[in-house]
Amino acid sequence: MGQSEPLKTLLAKASPARSGDFLAEIAAESQEERVKAQRRLADTTLQDILDEPLIDPDEDEVSALIYAQHDGDAFAAISNWSVGEFREWLLSENATTDAISDLKWALTPEMVAAVSKIMRNQDLIAVARKRPVVSKFRTTVGLPGHLSVRIQPNHPTDDPKGVAASIVDGLQFGCGDAVIGINPATDSPAAMRRLLELIEELRLRLECPVQSCVLAHVTTAIDCMKRGAPVDLVFQSIAGSQKANSSFGINLAMLKEAREAALSLDRGTVGNNVMYFETGQGAALSADAHHGIDQQTMEARAYAVAREYEPLLVNTVVGFIGPEYLYDGKEIIRAGLEDHFCGKLLGVPMGVDVCYTNHAEADQDDMDNLLTLLGVAGVNFIMGVPGSDDIMLNYQSTSYHDAAYIREVLNLKAAPEFEDWMRRVGLFDETGHLLPQSHEDSARLLGKADLEAA
Amino acid sequence: MADKPVPTDKKRVAPSGHPLAPLKRYTDARIGLGRFGAGLPTSAHLDFAEAHARARDAVHAEFDEAALETALADTGLPVVRVKSQAEDRATYLRRPDLGRKLSGDSAKFLTEMKEGDGYDIVIIISEGLSAHAVNTYGAETAKALIGDLPKDANIAPIVLASQGRVALSDPIGQALGAKLAVILIGERPGLSAADSLGAYLTYDPKPGRNDADRNCISNIRKGGISPEEAAKKIAWLTARAFELGLSGTKLKDDAEDQLEGGSQEALPEE
Repeated sequence: MGQSEPLKTLLAKASPARSGDFLAEIAAESQEERVKAQRRLADTTLQDILDEPLIDPDEDEVSALIYAQHDGDAFAAISNWSVGEFREWLLSENATTDAISDLKWALTPEMVAAVSKIMRNQDLIAVARKRPVVSKFRTTVGLPGHLSVRIQPNHPTDDPKGVAASIVDGLQFGCGDAVIGINPATDSPAAMRRLLELIEELRLRLECPVQSCVLAHVTTAIDCMKRGAPVDLVFQSIAGSQKANSSFGINLAMLKEAREAALSLDRGTVGNNVMYFETGQGAALSADAHHGIDQQTMEARAYAVAREYEPLLVNTVVGFIGPEYLYDGKEIIRAGLEDHFCGKLLGVPMGVDVCYTNHAEADQDDMDNLLTLLGVAGVNFIMGVPGSDDIMLNYQSTSYHDAAYIREVLNLKAAPEFEDWMRRVGLFDETGHLLPQSHEDSARLLGKADLEAA
Repeated sequence: MADKPVPTDKKRVAPSGHPLAPLKRYTDARIGLGRFGAGLPTSAHLDFAEAHARARDAVHAEFDEAALETALADTGLPVVRVKSQAEDRATYLRRPDLGRKLSGDSAKFLTEMKEGDGYDIVIIISEGLSAHAVNTYGAETAKALIGDLPKDANIAPIVLASQGRVALSDPIGQALGAKLAVILIGERPGLSAADSLGAYLTYDPKPGRNDADRNCISNIRKGGISPEEAAKKIAWLTARAFELGLSGTKLKDDAEDQLEGGSQEALPEE
């Protein structure tokens, strides 16, 4: 590394091309300049990266957290590796699941982001696949050979019957084992409570092992918990700098408070991972809180925040932000694989919202590609939106059908507790696969759900 | 047709009789589509493809400035054309910051065109993210608005601004010395509507204004708010903005009390 070149400049120039880094005016100006930066980055040691904080920890609580988390003893054995050697080790037979997992607290987001920048998509998949991260609440999410799904039954007015109809549709496809998670149209404790109680009643009537989440602000969840609402998971959008988190109206102390409140409710059955976080490349830049750091590195820093609170679920909403950050299918696919890889290496139970907006140069074929690649990479969970069309947030994500497709072609199973339930209600066969569509089974489930009571 | 995979198992029936069908009255979500294996029925697959194609076409459609000029001729107001700094569609989509700035030539042109102390109001039309929206509803909404404004209002020439974002109304309003700017702009197309027009109103427009300083009427289209209804609301908001000497969040709170189904907090069009 050149003496005069700051690490953040090197990371930005070495980052595979994407519109957000051009927007921030920090990207390499030619392809050759980018590869030359990647060579310099490959020769940089992990110790060099540790020694140069991208943001002063005295001025940024995320940076302070990154250094507080760092395990110097575990790091000692790899500190003199170059980023290039680190890549080779990760790809080698020596990097077993246990060996990679043992480095969880030795690795910082910046080290993981750095190595991702000199990896091809294939490398990102091959290594992430070796590093499962398992989390538990009423279901066990992230076991190798499994893929879970969030039912995302959003409705522009939070209509209870409309939401419930979307939930039951999803259950019939074997979705919901990650979470039933609603983005509310209105962020208020009363609205949140109504939706939580709706899911709670459905869950109890159907005797279905799922967890619920209403994706309101963390302060709304804290308020709800104080009033005795049935909160399973606490949600929050997070990012990789204190300033960006502040633009979301949060700080680390609030996340800690929310987690402790949710833990005290003790609602999990097989485990107590009670947090659900969402992230996405470009979030910090859009809040003018990126500190001149490239968007992929900023995203990895958000995972340091996530892992501090032992979440059940973390997902990167990879194509939601728009073409000024990720322009087309190629950039969205690359970013999705990077985020999944970085999250897993840092020990985060990583899912991906495989998605796009109508002004991005992307379509369903691009999403099929990313979904299939992530299935191979071992992604913990994806979204399930009826017919891919989120009528509240106005973007396209993966559908219940897509979830059934990826499980089928890659022989991936639902969470074990949920698989048992699907068998009991006659929707899965004895091997855990979706039975042919049957309107009798649908009608029976619908009857039991009793939506008129919703 | 003989090759169509007709289900032979009696349990598998056509999607039209899906048990969730009666619940579709509660939601526009694409529920109860049915499936073949994991795949969508062909009609559902093509329905989605068509909605997405319409949205994509709207994003990339041409801004028909000539047709707008013709349609606006009978307003008696001059119609002028300006450009943002985003020189083409690809740049526009990647660089929203450039869509918020006037090109050098356009800034000079508008500044030189300013007469006396400027104007009360300037109406700007920009394709934004849906040229279909402005090509379809832009002139109609602008004309209805002109009709609803006070007769003595000093209205600036109508500005057709290509490759613009909402905030392009700030430098345009400033260059013309307009006390208030209204920009009619194509909203980001969704699967359900690809031709939705938005109207954003800013009192004392100048660079540095943000979303909290604006008021918005969105979803102007067939099946949403009609151009005539929208014009009435914009005219009402305009009058209140002049009374209060501001626009944005404070005007919104005031309007909610007085205007049924009134204005919305300004949201970015992207």
